[in-house]
Amino acid sequence: MLYREAGQFKTSYAKDLAIFPIRQDRWFIALVLIFFGLVVPLIANDYWLKSILIPLLVSSLAAIGLNILTGYAGQLSLGTAGFMAVGAFAAYNFNIRVPELPLIVDFILAGLCAALVGMVFGLPSLRIKGFYLAVATLAAQFFIEWVLTHFGWFTNYSSSGVISAPPMKMFGFAVESAVEKYLLTLGVVLVMALAAKNMVRSSAGRAWMAVRDKDISAEVIGIPLMKTKLTAFGVSSFYCGVAGALWTYCYLGTVEPAAFDLARSFLILFMIIIGGVGSILGSFLGAAFIGLLPIFLNNMAATIGHGTLQADTMANLEHVIFGGLIIFFLIVEPHGLARLWQIAKEKLRLWPFPY
Amino acid sequence: MKRINLVGLAVGAGLALGAVGPAWAQANEQFVPMPIYRTGPYAAGGTGVFGAFMDYLALINERDGGLNGVKFTWEECETAYDNARGVECYERLKGKGPTGAAMFHPLSTGITYSVFEKGAVDKVPVVSIGYGRGDAMDGRVFPYLFPLITTYWSQNTAKIKYIGMKEGGMDKLKGKKLANIYHDSAYGKETIDILNKQAAMYGFEVKHFPVAHPGLDQKAVWLQIKQMAPDWVILRGWGVMNPTALKEAQRVNFPREKIVGVWWSGSEEDVRPAGAAAKGYVAAGFHPAGKNFPVIKDVEKFVYGKKKGNVEAERVGTIYYNRGIIHGIVSVEAMRVAQEKFGKKPLTGEQIAWGLENLNITAERIKALGAEGLLQPLKTSCLDHEGGGAVKFQQWDGDKWVIVTDWIEADKKLVRPLAEESAAKYAKEKNITPRTCN
Repeated sequence: MLYREAGQFKTSYAKDLAIFPIRQDRWFIALVLIFFGLVVPLIANDYWLKSILIPLLVSSLAAIGLNILTGYAGQLSLGTAGFMAVGAFAAYNFNIRVPELPLIVDFILAGLCAALVGMVFGLPSLRIKGFYLAVATLAAQFFIEWVLTHFGWFTNYSSSGVISAPPMKMFGFAVESAVEKYLLTLGVVLVMALAAKNMVRSSAGRAWMAVRDKDISAEVIGIPLMKTKLTAFGVSSFYCGVAGALWTYCYLGTVEPAAFDLARSFLILFMIIIGGVGSILGSFLGAAFIGLLPIFLNNMAATIGHGTLQADTMANLEHVIFGGLIIFFLIVEPHGLARLWQIAKEKLRLWPFPY
Repeated sequence: MKRINLVGLAVGAGLALGAVGPAWAQANEQFVPMPIYRTGPYAAGGTGVFGAFMDYLALINERDGGLNGVKFTWEECETAYDNARGVECYERLKGKGPTGAAMFHPLSTGITYSVFEKGAVDKVPVVSIGYGRGDAMDGRVFPYLFPLITTYWSQNTAKIKYIGMKEGGMDKLKGKKLANIYHDSAYGKETIDILNKQAAMYGFEVKHFPVAHPGLDQKAVWLQIKQMAPDWVILRGWGVMNPTALKEAQRVNFPREKIVGVWWSGSEEDVRPAGAAAKGYVAAGFHPAGKNFPVIKDVEKFVYGKKKGNVEAERVGTIYYNRGIIHGIVSVEAMRVAQEKFGKKPLTGEQIAWGLENLNITAERIKALGAEGLLQPLKTSCLDHEGGGAVKFQQWDGDKWVIVTDWIEADKKLVRPLAEESAAKYAKEKNITPRTCN
């Protein structure tokens, strides 16, 4: 009923290649965009914007980055947070050392720095695969954190190793309030998500997927392995780098290298596993699940738990439930939330006569 | 069908999340946020300090009927010592209660760094008692950040004084070798600069050894220390890093009497797991352990007597616990001062910041509070957001902490110019015009 497609014909190649070929989908996406772009800034309070939506969008961006590498190109990586750190510290250094540059250029340069570092650490992927590659990227994670902690230049010789984002200016406007930061984040994430979606549908994305599915076959049909794997590392790290810069500038304001530790890499990996490996939508769903669930559980514990449970029990219960739900989801739907959405959509398209 | 249920679950969860709005308290209440950490490697510190802090507020409610009739309310928010979650907790709790959060105690140097700028914008004082930014004592640049009682920089100078004392005079420090083992985080690195400055001043040699979070692997570090053979080791550990360090010290036969820890390395929870290896270890502290203070007796009577305690009763009187009581006393006294100026009603963060800035806890006042010997006199001003600055040193005798020195004053003549210089650099980076203090 909702998805009645009768009368929707694809009369041109452009229509056939559209990201959202079904009209109802287009409406839905347009409504979602209007909601998040126009309604949310009007109705959401500081708490929702600053501590829920902004980190959610930024982690979605990092998850997209990792999804390009792991989900599309099949290269397992544990260095995501390290590449985010490169982006964060690069943006900071460009910003304070070359103040003439506009902020958006700082962000792009930060992404490019991260891409460069990512490609260097992607070199081992030409020889090793799977878990062994994961260990090599783990080295990136530790190495980057170590470098940023131990060379004062990166933190502008801050005594505590903490960097603090200078005031932001975008096209002459000061980006200060929560709404402005939210809109900046939303804009960057939307543009990059759209780019990612198109990239994975283009020849680059198809090459990544061919390498993921069977690298020898890919090589046989003429896909250059080195170029493909390194572009995957580069593009993925670019996304992570921009996410790291946004994390610093729009969310925390101040970061130390320890903010991008291994735990964050794992969280982002969980995001794409829960959300859906090899899906842009899944990156958003996974980030929402992993990001919101602990906050939701903590809020629930604070609201309904008072007087019934000890506070320490509640704090630990949060971890138990979180872990339990992850296992539950992986058993029920190993392909992630994006797959659930896909199944629901297919059912809706056939409804009320499923076969 | 299973899958449909899941969708329903997700929708329901989303609705419930939206429904958890701000729980408005009744009018005559002052809300204090508690960004506690009950989980993770640092949970001993989080539960001890915040548990006692809540106990003290409960004591004021139960014994005195609130502060001049204004009852305290509080809400916990689990940060797990994670900066991002600390920011979320800050945003969640800052607007609660009739007048918003009274003040925010991050109890983590990392979270302090993450929220203090937000606090300055929202006019919520961020109070970091015995941690946080060293240069924040300059109230002209940091109007809403209060590193009360003592900062890492101040305690570091006291530590060097203690070492000098043991060596028989500051001039004897010349040519001595010191190893600084630090938790590789903002907290641990906070004293590197000042140690280097002091090394140049007194002519001793200092080497810095980072230990990665959480600090369970220190074998390599202690082998290096063995090679270096320092005269003294400064331990800036936190949580599980401390007992590990003491055990490793025993393994390489480094005398524990020559290890001097910061106060976050000087609780019972830091030494008990190390067993006999901890005996003789010295740590700084700005307050003693023990239950022998009228205020703690009152807590036991009015709070634990009514089964309203917030930590296990056997932890009452430990180092972390007493530190939490001090958090309570200082916070409540600041609100008392602010109430005298602005009226006996729930106050806003801006008014409480004034109270924090005009604190004057004299020896008589401390006695009246029943905290004689627990707290040092404290006087803050617009210029000086630190106040006290003196520390005592305590030694673990295998069973309890024994105070081994009198109050040792920090070298403010050295610390203050450094703090002002660092604060000025920060102000320049951030385009802040420091306010003038009259």
